[in-house]
Amino acid sequence: MAKLPPTSSSAKPQFRNIGIADLVQYRLPVPGFVSILHRASGMLIFLLLPLVLWLFDMSLSSDRSFDRLLEFCSGTIARLVLLGLGWALLHHLCAGLRFLLLDLHIGADKPLARRSSWIVLAVSLALTAVLALFLFGVLG
Amino acid sequence: MSQSPRRAPVGAHYGLREWLAQRVTAVLLLAFILFLAGALALEGRHDYQGWAAIFAPQPVKLVTELAFAALCYHAWIGVRDVWMDYIHHTGLRLALLTMTILWLLYCLAWSAQILWSV
Repeated sequence: MAKLPPTSSSAKPQFRNIGIADLVQYRLPVPGFVSILHRASGMLIFLLLPLVLWLFDMSLSSDRSFDRLLEFCSGTIARLVLLGLGWALLHHLCAGLRFLLLDLHIGADKPLARRSSWIVLAVSLALTAVLALFLFGVLG
Repeated sequence: MSQSPRRAPVGAHYGLREWLAQRVTAVLLLAFILFLAGALALEGRHDYQGWAAIFAPQPVKLVTELAFAALCYHAWIGVRDVWMDYIHHTGLRLALLTMTILWLLYCLAWSAQILWSV
């Protein structure tokens, strides 16, 4: 919600929902950023669910389909999609753990909650970088 | 006409149940990820034989199917919240909610078919 300057003689702050055009200049605090990314990553996983099941099917059907899966995963576009899915899973997992702890009133005061949201962003991005190394064959 | 201030906005309490279910399924999924990571670490072969051997025992199939069920229920609550928050057109929202349920049930059946074909 955006705070508007008082328009009438009353000094009470007014609140309203922001419009889509306000998003550009609206600065979301870090915990809010982690929260909306949690939602976005969840939707991404939901939308990629058929891909996950298709890959799971290929991985288990036969040794020949398993080889086809490895071949599929060697394509650049496939690797980028898998990297995106990997980030979504890692962010959703890290942010979800943070939400579970907050539900238990652990780290709920403002400075701690702010720091833990930075940690969620950093850890999920670092793990995504490790996944990228494996996917693009530097380590694997 | 004025609204009565004592009007109760909700009465079914299903909101709390879904909220709790989302957290319970999250913990179940976390436990399954740890289980799968452990099974992968214990399985020495890094090929099709090793991967298929993990899912061969009936209890593992059941546990994995349970994890898929938890995933679908978890996804249902989350996606339902997204449609409720952003889709204000009632007809469109109802269509999306219905399609989400059917799609997740389809995925759940598909996962069972994959697991029991090994």
